[in-house]
Amino acid sequence: MAYPTAVRTHFTAMSASASPLWRVLSTGRRVPAVPARHGPLVVAPFATAVESPTAQDVNPAQILRNVRPKLLIDGDFVDAASGKTFPVLDPRTEDVIAQVAEADAADVDRAVGAARRAFDSGPWRKMSGRQRGRVLSRLADLLEERAEEFARIETLDNGKPLALSRGFDIPFVVSHFRYFAGWADKISGKTLQTNSNTFAYTLHEAVGVAAAIIPWNLPLLMMALKAAPALACGCTVVLKVAEQTPMSALLFGELALEAGVPPGVFNILPGYGPTAGAALVAHPGVDKVSFTGSTEVGREIMRGAADGVKHVSLELGGKSAAIVCPGVDLESVVEEAHDALFMNQGQACAAGSRTFVHESLYDEFVERAVERAQRATVGDPFGDVQLGPLVDSAQLEKVLGYMREGAAQAGAGYLCLVAEYSYLIYRLNGSLIGVATQGAVVRCGGSRIGSKGYYVEPTVFSDVRDEMSIAKEEIFGPVQSIMKWSSVEEVLDRANASPYGLGAGVWTKDLDLANRISRGLRVGTVWVNCYNQFDDAAPFGGYKMSGFGRDMSEYALQNFTEVKAVVTPLQDPAWI
Amino acid sequence: MRIAASPTCRLLSTGRRVPAVPARHGPRVVAPFATAVESPTARDVDPAQILRNVRPKLLIDGDFVDAASGKTFPVLDPRTEDVVAQVAEADAADVDRAVGAARRAFDSGPWRKMSGRQRGKVMARMADLLEQRAEEFARIETLDNGKPLAESRAFDVTAVVSHFRYFAGWADKISGKTLQTNGNMFAYTLHEAIGVAGQIIPWNYPLLMLAWKVAPALACGCTVVLKVAEQTPMSALLFGELALEAGLPPGVLNILPGYGPTAGAALASHPGVDKVSFTGSTEVGREVMRAAAGGIKHVSLELGGKSAAIICPDVDLESVVDDTHMALFYNHGQNCCAGSRTYVHESLYDEFVERAVERAQRATVGDPFGDAQIGPLVDSAQFEKVLGYMKAGKAQGAVLRCGGGRAGPKGYYVEPTVFSDVRDEMSIAQEEIFGPVQSIMKWSSVEEVLDRANANPYGLAAGVWTKDLDMANRLSRGLRAGTVWVNCYNYFDDAVPFGGYKMSGFGRDLSEYALNNYMEVKAVVTPLEDPAWI
Repeated sequence: MAYPTAVRTHFTAMSASASPLWRVLSTGRRVPAVPARHGPLVVAPFATAVESPTAQDVNPAQILRNVRPKLLIDGDFVDAASGKTFPVLDPRTEDVIAQVAEADAADVDRAVGAARRAFDSGPWRKMSGRQRGRVLSRLADLLEERAEEFARIETLDNGKPLALSRGFDIPFVVSHFRYFAGWADKISGKTLQTNSNTFAYTLHEAVGVAAAIIPWNLPLLMMALKAAPALACGCTVVLKVAEQTPMSALLFGELALEAGVPPGVFNILPGYGPTAGAALVAHPGVDKVSFTGSTEVGREIMRGAADGVKHVSLELGGKSAAIVCPGVDLESVVEEAHDALFMNQGQACAAGSRTFVHESLYDEFVERAVERAQRATVGDPFGDVQLGPLVDSAQLEKVLGYMREGAAQAGAGYLCLVAEYSYLIYRLNGSLIGVATQGAVVRCGGSRIGSKGYYVEPTVFSDVRDEMSIAKEEIFGPVQSIMKWSSVEEVLDRANASPYGLGAGVWTKDLDLANRISRGLRVGTVWVNCYNQFDDAAPFGGYKMSGFGRDMSEYALQNFTEVKAVVTPLQDPAWI
Repeated sequence: MRIAASPTCRLLSTGRRVPAVPARHGPRVVAPFATAVESPTARDVDPAQILRNVRPKLLIDGDFVDAASGKTFPVLDPRTEDVVAQVAEADAADVDRAVGAARRAFDSGPWRKMSGRQRGKVMARMADLLEQRAEEFARIETLDNGKPLAESRAFDVTAVVSHFRYFAGWADKISGKTLQTNGNMFAYTLHEAIGVAGQIIPWNYPLLMLAWKVAPALACGCTVVLKVAEQTPMSALLFGELALEAGLPPGVLNILPGYGPTAGAALASHPGVDKVSFTGSTEVGREVMRAAAGGIKHVSLELGGKSAAIICPDVDLESVVDDTHMALFYNHGQNCCAGSRTYVHESLYDEFVERAVERAQRATVGDPFGDAQIGPLVDSAQFEKVLGYMKAGKAQGAVLRCGGGRAGPKGYYVEPTVFSDVRDEMSIAQEEIFGPVQSIMKWSSVEEVLDRANANPYGLAAGVWTKDLDMANRLSRGLRAGTVWVNCYNYFDDAVPFGGYKMSGFGRDLSEYALNNYMEVKAVVTPLEDPAWI
């Protein structure tokens, strides 16, 4: 099952089920689609989020009834040593739905101690790969049986549409554990050909205690991308989950114990980066740090790991190019480029956030992309919507800041100067507030929706120039920036000019062009005539400032193995 | 390449036979030791003649140039402490020029657009050219580093030739995979050159460390900026000439002699560098990793070690004493994988110590252009550091069985030194000395010796001597070290990976695994329309 295909199908089905110009909001009210207006500075009106009727059926306490809001250390759910807790909010309502134990350095120390013991002397390492694989496979089965419960927790915690949690996140996690269950008994070294009477072979050994720090955008899936290969390799794990979205991982921890993962092998710490995360990275008992999150924090992680010369793998930010070539079917490409950016409300590190459209298609593409964005339904993620709220207020403010920055300002020369100056002020202040314009044209969206919940309008900018912050920096929100290109050399240069190099999409029916662009792009994943197609067997990770190391696939095993060479002389060998 | 075990009796470089002095037992007895003497061959050694073809400059973009600052630094002969050359001193401005050249060569030069087979041909030619001038390189290496000429000839230079040939053969075999997916999708990976590799190497195997870094990087299609150690820049500079002669395009291999805090730090943090590869101390390795963090650069580190040599009860003592002697004293102990914690089973301990001392006393120290087994240490800093550990060993209560001081009045010669009754908590048992100081400990149970061997923060290598297959397997698995030598030590082969666990670093040099250091993995994914199978 290619999950994103399912998701795409899901989105497509939703598009198909409604008339092209009218979408039914989750309230059932019909909202007229407003035709895109051309010309500068026009903000198209956008359907505001309204409370879904389904939302009234959603009882957070009921959804979270089986989650123990604690730390999982050494097989037990325990309070933080400090006794502290932190609130978890419902991004739909900003209401507190749980108080969760807040891990800090003392808890990290306990958890790493448990993981260390479990690695050094516990049964996990002495189980065969086949036995470990059976445990992981059982874990996948248990999750699958309770998929609906997990999907609802994920949507409640993160705000992503329930259809996405059901159709993508949870099934992907099930599949990922099954996939790596199958690797557990296939992690083998090599025998080597040497240049003399010597026998040499390698052993691929578990690296030891793996620390994993994961973000909030795909909470359970990020857990799976780290924990499944680590456990398959025989490592023990201390997982710090994001403070915004700790709930699904905690329930998953229960399943892990139920499936037979020995105590101490998988420890889960909800908490904050500067306290729990930093302590975990610096802890001398940790052999390996795997992090997914922002480039800024990634740097800190790498610096924090340097003292202990720990192995590090980083999956960081992106500003991925979606390159639309002439000769494509505009209808489907507009849809795919839309999903490339707007899936998960744009809160995806691989989001296709620089849409490069060939000049021959540009105007029509922009028109259709705006129309498509305007048809996207925003609302309660438990309803039948395509976009839910952003995850929290910090994310909301950040995205609104970028919308303001990108908001249109006619291209008069002095205004361009003002824009540059303003941008400088913004950089100097380090603040996202107050700077208006850089000269792009906002074609739709650009604002918050409502005053409660972290909803924003799907936003499309056209006439975006590469030097604008919305074209350079990771927004991590539903803001599509559409640029124009004319020659292949040019678009390759521009796509590669970003310091990031995570993903890219290319749409063309021309095989030579597909091959040329696939090789030319300095990114970890190139999707050709598709986007966000993830498969357990395909590696994912970045070039350049998007990090190093690969999650998923056989390549991910390298993140959690050490290579040991064993060498011994051969006495009177039959052959060498 | 096997480091040849020495015969039981060796000649000093003077030609005088030195009797093996019986080990004296009892605490704190310093056995008399042959002091270094000037070799007659040394008088034939003319540094200027040896270095006649070396251009003491920076190699940037195919040209040998002065440092932007115009600065130079002196390179000393470790035998005499005399200045043998003034070499251009790279700093940040030169790093910037060199990285710029490497960047252009990678982004738009011909190197990346050559096929792997073409790149392999250039590399094989480099190996051939080096082989033709092996003697010249061996002499430069010995002059610069102080290692015995016999080792420069038989190990260092020979290994470099072999290493370039081995990786020349990889250049056209670096391939991705096609992947089985779970839907109507075609996915494959491309293993692409990572880009510009910034490489920083130490002085203990100057040309060989170059080979370990440069050969896999070039095979992968990377371009390189190599910072060579300020103690030993000469052989790499001459190698740079051969590389150009072999057809390596300008800018693909840039070589910068210079110091770590200036040139090295600038290289590790330069935004044009995609990958940093470092071999050296753990302390500097940390700094390199921190500097690379700003640009999220790929890093591989091959750092310090405190490797255990474990002798089990069932061995042939004669050969094991010799193997473990070489495990530590090879290259004067200036070896990251030196077997510097000799763990001997209690049933053999006393006899082992006696023989090990005898063996160390038979080791000849002298001019490395002569017949000596041990030449001078590389420089005064290293010399002082090693003497400091000799003092610390005595002060902390280990029993000094032989050596323990300077040898000779001039040059950085020290006596091969053996401590017995060493306890694990002593600094000579915990820290990397990087000198000819053997520490011998006693063990009684396998669990215990495994725990003690693993208790060290380093995890580079280990040696195990036993005839018992079960024991060999148990120890090989139990040791948290990147290389385990069973019934041998310091056996290197191009095809066998080398690198550390724990504080000894990460990433592997040598072998197919080293290719991982210089490749990015790109996944390409596209839908399949009406596929015959999935």
